[in-house]
Amino acid sequence: MAPDNIRLYPLGDAAIVLEFDGRISPATHRAIQAVSTYLGQHPFPGLREYVPAFTTLTVYYDPWVLSENGQQPYERVSEILRRLLPAAQASEATVAAKKVEIPVCYGGAFGPDLAFVAQHTGLSIDEVVAQHSAPDYLVHMIGFAPGFPYLGGMDAQLATPRKAQPRPLVSAGSVGIAGLQTGIYSLPTPGGWQLIGRTPLRIFNPEWKAPSLLQAGQHLRFVPISEAEYQSRQQHES
Amino acid sequence: MSLSILRPGLLTTVQDLGRHGYQKDGIVVSGAMDATALRVANLLVGNSENTAGLEITLLGPKIRFETDCLIALTGAHLSPALNGQPVGLNRPVRVTAGTVLAFGAPVAGGRAYLAVSGGFALAPVLGSYATYLRAGFGGLHGRALQTGDVIPCTGPTDTGHRLLQQLAADEPAAAWQQARWTPNSELCPRPRPRPVIRALRGPEYEQFSAESQRDFWQQPYTVTTEADRMGYRLQGPVLSRQTNVELLSTAVTFGTVQVPANGQPIVLMADHQTTGGYPRIAQVISADFSALAQVVPGQAIRFQEVTLAEAQALYLAQKRQLHGLRRAVEFKFKTNLS
Repeated sequence: MAPDNIRLYPLGDAAIVLEFDGRISPATHRAIQAVSTYLGQHPFPGLREYVPAFTTLTVYYDPWVLSENGQQPYERVSEILRRLLPAAQASEATVAAKKVEIPVCYGGAFGPDLAFVAQHTGLSIDEVVAQHSAPDYLVHMIGFAPGFPYLGGMDAQLATPRKAQPRPLVSAGSVGIAGLQTGIYSLPTPGGWQLIGRTPLRIFNPEWKAPSLLQAGQHLRFVPISEAEYQSRQQHES
Repeated sequence: MSLSILRPGLLTTVQDLGRHGYQKDGIVVSGAMDATALRVANLLVGNSENTAGLEITLLGPKIRFETDCLIALTGAHLSPALNGQPVGLNRPVRVTAGTVLAFGAPVAGGRAYLAVSGGFALAPVLGSYATYLRAGFGGLHGRALQTGDVIPCTGPTDTGHRLLQQLAADEPAAAWQQARWTPNSELCPRPRPRPVIRALRGPEYEQFSAESQRDFWQQPYTVTTEADRMGYRLQGPVLSRQTNVELLSTAVTFGTVQVPANGQPIVLMADHQTTGGYPRIAQVISADFSALAQVVPGQAIRFQEVTLAEAQALYLAQKRQLHGLRRAVEFKFKTNLS
């Protein structure tokens, strides 16, 4: 049987959602990572892919493969997951090991909203940069756009609302704040986050074998760099 | 061996059945909007169902075949013609080098598919040929086709080659000829003007007011002009939630009907983002993705509630029909085709 704190429900006829505890917490995050890792290492026949999020793990499956014995595919996939959950939860999540450092050139042309964030929070520009680059951030999930990380761990003092009018185009690598969240734009897209800096690192490349630099479960730190360092790192990247 | 694009049409892209396995990295699945139509087109020319073809939107392109090819057109009826003569949908067609395919007025549906036996000689990105326009990768240079593009072809499959020879034996001098048989009509239905789209209750269905729940199943919703490969914005009775609880982002998929604060639903399509935070009132069943993909802006749709057991039975029935078509095509190759 699945542990009582995990609820299973369908997302259409080819996906099943495992909902862990209803709130964001390190324990929920670890449980989701453990089950994701286990599924990656022990895929069952008919598993298509899985998507970890803040409190859910959505498992996509092929109803055709799971229809053997005349059983309804949803019943079959629920049974398989309930059976493997105890072992999966007891296993270790493996992705979390490596901490990533993200160099960021704060302010100037790369962070046009840094002054606004300072004004809104009542901090000096140097204090905003120091507080933003201090914590150890946790990648809760990747979503919204290819490679885009949802990060947990920003100091609540830095919270700043989104821009009233989103920018039509935000450059890839831009680091922004939206409410209590901070993140990195992975592609040039429209966006309403307050931009405070930019990293010269590419965080998404479809040509890479693992196309996303970051994965759910990883920890990262932002490291302030100068504009000169940004330019040399960017040349190195391209 | 190639196709030359003489005119690109409104939006013509290379698509297969999508890029699976990378949604955890935020990478959308993409692929054909009407996947069944692409599968049928592929089976008719002796391809595997996942071979890349062209997805043609409303106003079709003008294409010259630079070599003899076996092709099939499926999905929407967009008045296709070869060298100016109308050509049938849902059947194998032999075209000789120099033949020009063009399209006229859209008659029924919004998306047609062109499969070429053997497929295109392009480089896959993350295991797929699907074009993802927003991020600019996959397909041909990650973009829609343009005038002057040349798409290299690999040449017909063994089964495709045998069928080409059979068709050529009938009228060797003709510029093109089509087979007279077409598959079971359930696999290639003509798109309807007022489709009923079957759906399951979504994970947040219970959060909507009783009135909104009723309206959702009983009232028509019109597809607005804000409708693309990512999703359709619908217009109809406002759907209101009885709670203001903010939702945490979680997975969304093809056919997810989500409702932003303005109460006007959005149904997500092939280029849907991998996660979202809007309440999900319903989830369209896989068996009706094709009907949904063929809806064009201005058309009204109605949603009809079905159970998960019914949805999965319909999914399996459609899969069995595709297996039946594969066997039928193989049988045709062994006997006299026409």
